[in-house]
Formats: sequence, structure tokens, C-alpha cells
Amino acid sequence: MDFGFIFSSAAGELFSPTTAAYALATLGLAVHFGYAGLLNFGQAGFMAVGAYGFAISTLTFGVPFFIGVLIAVVCSAIFALLLGIPTLRLRADYLAIVTIAAAEIVRYIVTTNQLTSVTGSANGLAAFEGGFYAMNPFPEGSYFGMNNRDFFIRVVGWSLVAVCCLLVWLLMRSPWGRVLKGIREDENAVRSLGKNVYAYKMQALIIGGVLGALAGMIFTLPRGAVQPANYGTELTFFLYTCLLLGGLGTVLGPVVGAMIFWVVLSLTQGILYGLIESGTITWLNTVQAGQLRYILVGVALMLLMIFRPQGVLGNKKELAFA
Amino acid sequence: MRSTPRGLSQRRRGRLLKVVGAVFAAVAALLLIVAPASQATSPSPTPSPSATTFQNSISGFLRGDDRAPIADVTITAKQGDFTGTTKSGANGSWTIGVPAQGTYEIELDESTLPEGIKLADGQENPRQVTFSQTSNLSVIFAFGEGIVVQQQDFGQNLINRLVAGLSFGLLLALAAVGLSLIFGTTGLTNFAHGEMVTLGAVLVFAFNAMNLPFWLAILLAVAGGGLFGYVQDAGLWKPLRRRGTGLVPMMIVSIGLALAVRYVIQFFFGGATQQLPFAQSAEIQIGPISISPNNLWSLVISAVVIAVLGVVLLKTRLGKATRAVADNPALAAASGIDVDSVIRIVWVTGGMLAALGGILWAYYRPGVTFDMGSQILLLIFAGVTLGGLGTVWGALIGSIIVGIFVELTTVFGLAADLKYVGALFIMIIVLLIRPQGILGRRERVG
Repeated sequence: MDFGFIFSSAAGELFSPTTAAYALATLGLAVHFGYAGLLNFGQAGFMAVGAYGFAISTLTFGVPFFIGVLIAVVCSAIFALLLGIPTLRLRADYLAIVTIAAAEIVRYIVTTNQLTSVTGSANGLAAFEGGFYAMNPFPEGSYFGMNNRDFFIRVVGWSLVAVCCLLVWLLMRSPWGRVLKGIREDENAVRSLGKNVYAYKMQALIIGGVLGALAGMIFTLPRGAVQPANYGTELTFFLYTCLLLGGLGTVLGPVVGAMIFWVVLSLTQGILYGLIESGTITWLNTVQAGQLRYILVGVALMLLMIFRPQGVLGNKKELAFA
Repeated sequence: MRSTPRGLSQRRRGRLLKVVGAVFAAVAALLLIVAPASQATSPSPTPSPSATTFQNSISGFLRGDDRAPIADVTITAKQGDFTGTTKSGANGSWTIGVPAQGTYEIELDESTLPEGIKLADGQENPRQVTFSQTSNLSVIFAFGEGIVVQQQDFGQNLINRLVAGLSFGLLLALAAVGLSLIFGTTGLTNFAHGEMVTLGAVLVFAFNAMNLPFWLAILLAVAGGGLFGYVQDAGLWKPLRRRGTGLVPMMIVSIGLALAVRYVIQFFFGGATQQLPFAQSAEIQIGPISISPNNLWSLVISAVVIAVLGVVLLKTRLGKATRAVADNPALAAASGIDVDSVIRIVWVTGGMLAALGGILWAYYRPGVTFDMGSQILLLIFAGVTLGGLGTVWGALIGSIIVGIFVELTTVFGLAADLKYVGALFIMIIVLLIRPQGILGRRERVG
């Protein structure tokens, strides 16, 4: 078994664009669930809206890169508004069911054969990343063993993560953020102080949703393709695992959680494949090894929630639930 | 004396860890018993030779708009020098083994299609497909409704879809009533309910593959569902309730459980679609209605089971105790009802109902897959929310509405691959105007 390779590919996951996308989307969830106490189970839907909003506006309408990003962000804000109007007055479990349903509606709509010319249905869309890579300031060559395209998307992705973390941190220590945390702790108390709880929740939903849309774009750009199968409910659940790993009501928790999630997934895959190839494990094939990892994700989510709901960085006093 | 509580909590934590382990051990054991048998049988009636030589495969089911399988159609996969060809089997399934994952060009030979069946408008052929992470890639060809030469008249179609929708709604209700009872008695929104549905169908497939008689396979599968409910409550939910875990954390725990169980099932069952015995049946004519015998059986079975459940809930002591616990657990406990044992019975019942619903769902689709339960989980939720969370009759009515709505939307021109969207959309609309659902009470909304 080549441990050097296993560890280097696990370390590669630390700063991969997918990890950056997970970190961003999880940061959005932290705004929703960690800070505002909103149980959003539709973050995959926000990511899909971001990815498809960008891809469709680029491919169908031929807009320049930044306009495409802007359209995607606006779409996700509208999606948050549509979602928030009926549900933000309801109890947490209703919000959970409605958001997960809305995310699935988005997925069904981009999968349907009726809209193949726009969404590409189950096969998805491809070849929309040209405008992004055309802005690449790095000349061709090797950067830490990556080519200039891979390096560029990492730089952009992680800069975006850093900027968004900073923004969320500033927001949460502002008076606005304190009201939000107050709503999480006791909605009625905040309402009795004359704050418009509904408006604060809606703003939090939009901010977290926009972060999700940005994550959707970072997720899809390095792949050069967007496919509906990637935006199922599992994605949201993986994001929750990342969030609980890192810590709910923290800014860096989501980033740390996403890194741990992907490094552990990569390590277990490397080690399991190595053991299978060397013949040490004979009761597994490589497909089952892949499934075993997701069984572990599910068990980890349960155990985290039961035994360490505050995650690695969190504070038990800051939990969104009693 | 600070050490005492900590020691206690650590011991409790250890115990909880053990029981969580026990839950998985139980599921794994249940599946292990049946796994060798399920692997021994060959999944498809006509395994094409090329499928066995490669690890990666492209596969699919050819089904007409009326869900009838389309046999003997030639399909070709090409990538560079590689070309694989197969014919669809009697149940419409086809598989082409391919040497490596990547992008392939799939072509369906339209000249081999039976008469009256054509590809739908806008269905690309040939088309490019790409593997994503899994070793099997399923490709769907849509066959058009408008193009089929024989067109049913609208009224006929409406009645048929109405009956099919009723059948679908009642099978949804089986799962939804269990979910609603669990919610009513414990407050838990159980996201793992979809996996309880899947388990029923998978167990029937496995027991059947062990050559047990069909009726015994079904009985054992339903019993297995009940056992899973029992183990879940005894091993996981009761300790969590004891610990005073909040409802939102419990909901997230149920998501973890759902993920874990789903992939445990996939681990043993594989990613392929399998068929239960007697899954193929020609439609029969009853008066103005044409319905497949399976749908008719499904309709009768679920109606009878729900009626029996209703009588139990309304007339027996146990039923009264259950409703009392759902209404107010503290008051029920004070008046001498053993709340924990009522909840245990509710979990077992819910597991059995979900398993039965899963078996019927496997015939309705038709086919067994590892994620079949999570596919209808949201429809079950929609039924429960429509009727009102925690109310049994609400879950029944809500599910029937969802079932009929899903089937009827296709009659009124919504594309078949969008039919679930309508139901989910209706759920959101109902929450907007009547958040407590049709039969729910205002106070439940909070």
C-alpha cells in the first residue's frame, strides 16, 4: 500500500475546490441554522440554483461571466424569498420539510425532459466555464504541482471562502448579528423588544442562500459540468455533517468541518482501496468500499449529534437548540 | 461529589454508544442473513454476456408511457474503438458492460421498436452519457404519449388514473400513518422512515431469493420491518428520550440514521433495480376501469389494513392509550398509561406498516432499489403535512390526496417526470394558507 500517495491525495483534498464549495455552502448553513436557528434542509437547492443560474445564463443567454454570477446570486435571493414567505412563520420541523421539498422541486425541474434545451435534463450542462478561465492571470506552468487552471480555481475559491468568512464574522458581531442570535435563543423575547423577527429571519435566509449559490458555482466550475444528480438531498445532509463537525455557531467551524470531512473521506477511500488491492480485505469490493464510507458519514452524523453537538470549534452555550 | 454525575453520564454515554452499535448490528445481521441468497440469484432474466465481463455497466429499463416494458430493442454503446450491443429483455431491462468509466454514445435502434411506440419528442438519440462516481450508469429513454398511435379517450384515462392514484395514495398512507403516529407520540419527524419502507421490499426480494414461499417472504418481511422499528426504538430513540435530547437534534440523528441505513442496504443489495415475483401483469378490465391486478391487490390490501388499524385505534384499550399519549404524554402517564410501552408498540406498528407500504410500492413502480423509500419519503411527508402532523386520519386523507394528485397531474398535461413536483407544490401552498393541515389543530403549529 502506497501510504505516500494516500496521504498526499488526502492532503490535496484540504484545498480542493470541492472542499472550498462545501465550506462556503456550510457557512451558509451556519448562518441559517447556527446563528438564526433556521432548520434549512434545502441548501442543495440553493447550490443548484446558483450553478444552474450561472450555467443557463452563460449558455442560453450568452452573458459575460460576472453578469452570470450576478444573475445566479439574484436567483438564489429570489428563491430564498419564495421559500421564506410561507415558511418562516412556521415551526422548525415544518420549515425543514418545506425547504427539503423546495430543493427537490428545483432538482425535478432541472431534470425534466421538457426543458432539455435549457437545462440539459439528466445529462446536465457543460462548457460554460470558458469565461472564467479566460480571466486566468497565471501563465501556463506548474504551481505546486498543479496546472494554471487548477491553481486559479483554488485561488478564487479559497479567496471567496476567506472573504465570506470575514463578512459573516463582521455581520455576526454587529448589532444585526446579535439580534439574530437573540432570535435563535428566544424569538418571543426579541419580538417583545420591538424587532421585526420575520424580517431578520428572511435576511438571514437570503444571506445563507447566496452563500449556497456561490458554493454551487465553485462546485461546478472545476468540473466544467453541472448535473442534477449532484444536487440531491444527500448533499444537504453531507453539509450538515460538515457543519456539526466544525461547530454550529462559528465562522471557521464550517471551513474546518468541510476540510475534515473531505480528508477523512479521502483517507478511508485510499486505505480501503489499498487494503483491497493488496488482498488484505477480501470481503469488500471497491464499489462497496465507496458505500462503506457513506455508511460512516451517516454514523458520524448520528454520533456527533448525540455526543458532541458543538463540534470541534463550537461552544455548547451557542447551540441553536436546547 | 462532582465525579458522581460525570461518571454516571459517562456510563450512560457508553451505554448509548453500545445501543447505537446494536442498531446497526441488527440491521447488518438482518441483511447478512439474506445477502448470500440475494447474490446467488441472477438479477435480470436475460443477462447479456458483455455485462458480466466488465465491472462498469450502462443500463436502463425501456418502459412505454403506460409503464409496460418494451422488449427486443437493440441498444448500442460506443466509445472510441469500443462498441457494445445488447437487446432489452422481456421486462424491458438492458445492460451493456463497458471497460472503463467515461463518456459513451448510446444509440437506440428505432427500427427495432415495436409498432406504435416511438421515442418522445426531444428525446435525443443517439446521445452522450457520462459516468459519475458510480460503476453503473442508468440511461432512460422517454417514450412519448402524444406519439403513441392508439390514444385513450380522456374520460377513460381520467378514471384509470384516479383508481391508480387511489391505490398509490393508500400505499403512501400505510407509511404516512406510521410516521404520523410516531410524530404524534414522540414528536420526532423521522427522516429514516423512507429506509423502513425500502427494507420491506428488499427483505421480500431476499427471502424470495432464498426460495421461501411468496406468502412467507411477505410475512417475514413485514415482521422484519416491525423488528427494525422495535430495535430502533429500544436501541436509539428511547435512550435519547431518556437523555432529554431535543426534537431538532433527534431529527438530525434520524437523518444520520437514514444515510447509514440507506448505504448499508446498498452495501448488501447493490445499486441495481431488481424485480419481485409476479411484478409483470397484464391489465384487467373491471367495468369501465382497466387496472393491473397488482394495483388492485395493493388497493385492497392497504384499504383493509388501514381499516383494521382504524378499528384498533378507535375501539381497543391500546388504541385509546395511543391516542391519549399522542394528545398529552404527561397526562397519559399520570392516568396510569405506560407511555414507553405504547411508544414501543407504535414503533413496531409503524415499522410493519412502512415495510408493507414498501412491498406495495415495489409493485407499483415496479422494481426494488436501495433508494426506493427515500424517493417517496417527501410524498409521505407531504401526505402527513397536508392532513396535519400527528393526526392519523389526516395522514390517511392527505396521502390519498397526494396519491391521486400525482396521478392526475399527468392526465392534465404535466410531464410524467414532473408529477411529484405538483404534490410537493400543493404541500407548500397548503402550509401557506392552512399551516396546521386539513385536520390538524391550530395549537400544533407553534
